[in-house]
Amino acid sequence: MSEQTRRPGPPPGGPRHPGGHPGQMMPAQKAKDFKGSLKRLVGYLRPRRGTLIVIFLTAILSTVFSIASPKILGKAITKLLEGVIAMAKGTPGAGIDFTYITQILLILIGLYLFSAAFSYIQQYLMAGVAQKVVYDMREQINAKLSRLPLKYFDSRTHGEILSRATNDVDNISTTLQQSLTQLITSIVTLVGVIVMMLSISPWMTLILIVTLPLSFIVIKAVASRSQKHFMAQQASLGQLNGHVEEMYTGHKIVKAFGRERESVEDFNKINEKLYSSGWKAQFISGIIMPMMMFIGNIGYVLVCVVGGIFVTHGRITIGDVQAFIQYARQFTQPIMQTANIANIIQSTIASAERVFELLDEEEEVPEAADAAVLNNPKGAVEFEHVRFGYKEDAMLIEDMNIDVKPGQTIAIVGPTGAGKTTLINLLMRFYELNGGAITIDGVNITHLKRGNLRSIFGMVLQDTWLFNGTIMENIAYGRAGATNEEVIEAAKAAHADHFIRTLPDGYDTVLNEEASNISQGQKQLLTIARAILADPSILILDEATSSVDTRTEVFIQKAMNDLMKGRTSFVIAHRLSTIRDADLILVMNQGSVIEKGNHEELLAKGGFYADLYNSQFSGGSIQEVV
Amino acid sequence: MLKLFRSLKPFWLLILFTFVLVFLQSMSDLYLPTLMSDIVDKGIIEGDIPYIWKIGGFMLAVALGGAICSIAASYLSAKVAGGFGRSMRSRVFQHVQNFSLQEFDKLGTASLITRTTNDIAQTQQVLTMMLRMMISAPMMCIGGIIMAVSKDAKLSLIIVVIVPVLAGSIALIAGMGMPLFKAMQVKLDKLNRVLRENLTGIRVIRSFNRIQHEQERFKEANYDLTSTAVRVNKIMAAMMPIMMIVMNLSTIAIVWFGGLRIRDGHMQVGDLMAFIQYAMQIMFSLIMVSMIFVMVPRASASAARINEVLSITPDIDDPLVAQSSEEGRGYLEFRDVTFSYPGAEQPALSGISFTAKPGETTAIIGGTGSGKSTLLSLIPRFYDVAEGSVLVDGVDVREMTQEELRAKIGFVPQKALLFTGTIADNIRYGKKDATDEEIREAADIAQATEFIMNMKDGFESEIAQGGNNVSGGQKQRLSIARALVRRPEIYAFDDSFSALDFKTDAKLRSALKPVTRDATVLLVAQRVSTVMDADRIIVLDEGRIAGIGTHRELMETSDVYREIVSSQLSEEEIA
Repeated sequence: MSEQTRRPGPPPGGPRHPGGHPGQMMPAQKAKDFKGSLKRLVGYLRPRRGTLIVIFLTAILSTVFSIASPKILGKAITKLLEGVIAMAKGTPGAGIDFTYITQILLILIGLYLFSAAFSYIQQYLMAGVAQKVVYDMREQINAKLSRLPLKYFDSRTHGEILSRATNDVDNISTTLQQSLTQLITSIVTLVGVIVMMLSISPWMTLILIVTLPLSFIVIKAVASRSQKHFMAQQASLGQLNGHVEEMYTGHKIVKAFGRERESVEDFNKINEKLYSSGWKAQFISGIIMPMMMFIGNIGYVLVCVVGGIFVTHGRITIGDVQAFIQYARQFTQPIMQTANIANIIQSTIASAERVFELLDEEEEVPEAADAAVLNNPKGAVEFEHVRFGYKEDAMLIEDMNIDVKPGQTIAIVGPTGAGKTTLINLLMRFYELNGGAITIDGVNITHLKRGNLRSIFGMVLQDTWLFNGTIMENIAYGRAGATNEEVIEAAKAAHADHFIRTLPDGYDTVLNEEASNISQGQKQLLTIARAILADPSILILDEATSSVDTRTEVFIQKAMNDLMKGRTSFVIAHRLSTIRDADLILVMNQGSVIEKGNHEELLAKGGFYADLYNSQFSGGSIQEVV
Repeated sequence: MLKLFRSLKPFWLLILFTFVLVFLQSMSDLYLPTLMSDIVDKGIIEGDIPYIWKIGGFMLAVALGGAICSIAASYLSAKVAGGFGRSMRSRVFQHVQNFSLQEFDKLGTASLITRTTNDIAQTQQVLTMMLRMMISAPMMCIGGIIMAVSKDAKLSLIIVVIVPVLAGSIALIAGMGMPLFKAMQVKLDKLNRVLRENLTGIRVIRSFNRIQHEQERFKEANYDLTSTAVRVNKIMAAMMPIMMIVMNLSTIAIVWFGGLRIRDGHMQVGDLMAFIQYAMQIMFSLIMVSMIFVMVPRASASAARINEVLSITPDIDDPLVAQSSEEGRGYLEFRDVTFSYPGAEQPALSGISFTAKPGETTAIIGGTGSGKSTLLSLIPRFYDVAEGSVLVDGVDVREMTQEELRAKIGFVPQKALLFTGTIADNIRYGKKDATDEEIREAADIAQATEFIMNMKDGFESEIAQGGNNVSGGQKQRLSIARALVRRPEIYAFDDSFSALDFKTDAKLRSALKPVTRDATVLLVAQRVSTVMDADRIIVLDEGRIAGIGTHRELMETSDVYREIVSSQLSEEEIA
C-alpha cells in the first residue's frame, strides 16, 4: 500500500493521460521553441547514428515486405478464380494451377518471415537506443542538479524538479521506443499502400482517396466540439480534486463546526458538473472511431462494387480486388496514427524542452583554480562588511561585521523567519554574498574548495534528513569511510546507542522512506551522532526540540552540550541558559540581523531584544525562535 | 472489482441496451464480408452488374446501421461510465465525511484523497473500455467463428489450430514480460526515491560533502532501471512480429486448403475471401481480449483500495435514541477517562477526572506528547473514550447526536485551517446565518479587524487554498473569530495563541474575557504566563493528571508544575 508515496504529484507539464490515450484530441502541450528543442533532442541520437540507420532500414524493409504481400496473395486468388471460371465454362483440361499457387504461397511465407524478422530487429535495436538515450539524459540531469546553486532548489518545489527528471524523461523514453519507428512505418505504409493501389487501379485508388477529406472533416468537427467539453471536464476535475483535498485536510474543522452536510452538497454540485461535461467529452470522442469505421466501410463497399464491376469487365482480376480490400483496410490506420503521433511528438518536444531548461540553468560559481584547503581549521569566523539579500533590491543584511574566536558560541534569536536558513546559506556558501567577505581562520571562503569549506561545518537541524537505509549507514554518512566501531562510538556520545539497541535489528534497522519507524526525537539523536562522527570545527545547531518527549529532550540537550564543547557554534537558541551564556547574540527579524551584542548589552540597549525578552522569554518557553 | 460493479445496478437497463447495440454493431461488421462474398460469387462470376450495385447499396446500409449502433453504444456507455464514476465519488465522499479522526489517522489523508479521485477515475476508465471492448471482442470472436463455420465447417478446423497458437504465444510473451514490468516499476520507484532524497536533503548532502556518493547511488539505480527496461522492451519487441507471423501464415494456410476445397467444388472463391476476413476478425478480437487482461489487474488494485474505504464503518455513530441535555449550558465533566490511540502500547490519557463550569477557565499544560490536545479532542467527540465518560451538560457525549454536541462547542485547533473563499465566508463557517455585524464583532475580538481592513477587499478578500496568502498569526486569529461567531457554550482553544506576538496575545485575551463570561473555556497552552490566571490548571504528564488547581496551589503541591514554571520563568517572576 504505497500508492500515495509513489505518485510524485501532478506533473506541471501533464505528460500523458493515465491509461491509454483517451484524450487524443486534447490540446497537446506546445513547445516554446519547437525547432531548437527538436534539433537538440536529435543531437542525443547522433552518436547512435549507425544503429538508427539500421533501424530505419529494417523498418522500411519490413513495411515494404508486408505491403507487397497482399498483391502477391491476390495473384493466388486470381489463379484460383481463373481455374474455377474455366472449370465452370467446362474448358477441357481446366483446373486450378496448384504448382503456381504453391510457388506464390512459398514466396509469401518467405516475405512474411523476412518482414517479421526485420520488424523484430528494428524493435530490438530501438530498445537499446531509446533506453540508453534516456539513461544519458537522466545522468546529465542528476549531474546537473549536483552543480546547481541552492537558489535553484529554494525557488522551486521538489515536485516540479522531480517531474522534469521523471515524467518528462519517461515521456521522451516512450516516444523514442514506440512513436518514432511507428512514424516511419506509418509513412512508409501510407506511401507504399498508395503506390500499390495505384498499380492495381488508379480509378479505385481515386475513389478511396476521395473518402480521405471526409475523414479529416469528421475528425476536425468532432475534435472542435469535444474540446469545449474536455476543457470543462478538466476544470471541474480540478475543482473536485481541490474540494476533496480541502475537505479531507480540514476534516477536523468540518466536524467541529458540523458542516458535513454542506460539504457533501458542494461536492455533489461539482460532481454533477463533472459528470455532465465528462460523459459528453467521453461520448463525443467515442464517436470518432465509429465514424472513421463507417467512412472506411464506405470505401470498402465502393471498392467491392467498383472492383466487382471492373472484374466483370475484365479490367482487373479478382485477386486485385482481394488485395485492394486489404490495402484499403490498411489505408486509414496510418493516417490516424500519424495524426496521433504528431500530437505525441509535440508533447515530447515540450517535455524535452523542460528537461533542457533544467540542463541550461546557471550553475554555481566555479571554484578558483588555485582553491585553498584548510587542513586543521581552528574555527575563527569573521564577517567583514557583509551585504546580502535574496533579491538585489531587498537587502537583508547591510554591512554586518562580526568576529568570532575559536570555541565561542553565537546565539541566534528572534521570531520565526528566514534567519536560520540565511545564516547557513552564507556560511556554507550556498548563496553568494552581494558584498564584503566571510573568512574562516583568515581565509576568504570563496577561496576555499567547496568540499573543504563544507567539511569544516557540522549541522544539526530540526528538520532531520535521513535516507532510506540502515541506521548504521545513516550515521556513517557523516564521514566517508567511517568504521562500524567509530559509528557506534559516535552513537554512544550522542546518547543514541541505547535506543538503537532496543530496536529489533539494532544498528541494522532499516529506516523507511519517511523514517516514520523511529520518533522525531530519535531522529534528532541520529543527526547529532552523524555530526559527532563528522567532527567538524564549526557547528550550526538548532536547539528546537518540538514534538519530542521529555526524556529524549534531556538526552538531546546533553548530547548537544557535549557536541558544542571546544567548537565554534552557531546556535539557533531556544533555551535561556544558552542565550545568557552566549558570547554573542544575533537578533534576527524577518531574515535580517537587526541587533547584536551579548545579553547584558542588548538588555541595556532596550531595543527589540529587550522587548522580545520581556514579552516572551520571561513569560514562557521561547516559542519558535528564529 | 466485481463488488464495485454491483453499484451498476441502477444502470442495468442502459447496460443491457449497450450490449444489444454492440451486438448489432458486431453483427453488421461480420455481415459485410458475407455480402462481399456474394458479390464475388454471384455478381462477378456471373457478370451480373445490377446485382453488384444492389448488394453494394445493401452493404452501405448495413455499414451505416453498424455505425449508428456504435455511436449509440458510445453514448450509452459514456453515460453509464460517467454515472458510475459520479455515484462512486459521491458515495465515497459521503462515507468519508462520516469518518471520525480515528479512521482518518488509519488511512492517512493523502491516501484518502487519491482513493477518492485517482482510483475512482481509474476504475471508471476501465469500465468504459470494458463496455466497449469486453463485449464486442468476444462477440466478434464468437460471431466470426460462427460465420466461418457456416461458410465452410471443414476449413474452420484451421481456426481451431490457429487460435491456441496465437493465444499461447501471447501468453508466453506476456508471461515473460509481466514480471519484468513489475520489476521495472520497483526500480523506477527506487530511482525516484533516490532523486527525492537528493532534493530534500540537499543541504545535508552538500554540507557533508557527499555529492560524489549520491551521484554513484543515482548512477547505480539508473543503470539498474535501464537494463531492466532494455530487457522488457527487447522481449516486447517479439510480440508484434510473432502475432503478424501467426496471422499471415494462417492466411496462407487458408488459401492453400481453401484452394484444395475449391478445386473439389466444396467451396467458392468469394467464400474463401470472406473466410480470410473472418479469420482476421477472430484473431484481432483475441488480441483485444489480451489487452483487457492487462488492464483489469490495474483497475482491480484501484477497486480494492476503494472497497477498503467503503468497508470501514465509522467508529463514532449517533445513538439510536439521542438524549438531549436540558439542564444548564456549558457544564463539562470528565469522569475517569482513559483513551488510547489504536495500536498504541500506552494509553494517551488515563484516569482523567475534572469538572468545568460556565464562567470558568480551565487551562491544560504539560510537555509535548503529554496528551493535552488529545484531551481537548475528546470533548467534540473526535475520538471515543476507552473507559470512563465525557459529559456535556450532564449527558454523556456518546448519547447525544454529534450535531447537537458540536453546536455547543467553539473549537480552535492548533494548526489554523482556513478554506478557500472570502474572509467573511471563513468566519461565517462558524455560524451559517451570522450577520455582517456579528462577523465584524468576532473579528474585532479576535484582533483580526486591523489586518483585514488593510487587505485590498477587506472582509471580501479571497483566501487562497490552504490559506497561503495570510500569515500564521493571521490565520490563527481568523480561526479564533470563526469559533467566536458561534457564541458557543464551550470554548476549546488548542494552543491557539502560539503564533501571536505578546501584545496581540494580551489584547485578545482581555477582549475575550467579557465574551466568555458565561461560557466554559478550555485552554491548552505551552506558556506558563498564558495559564497563570486560569481558575483551574490541569498539569498533564504522560497522559496522567500530575496536578490540578490554581497557579498558587500548584506551586506548592506539584513538582511537575514547579519544574515547568522554573524552566520558563525567571526567579523574580515565580514569586
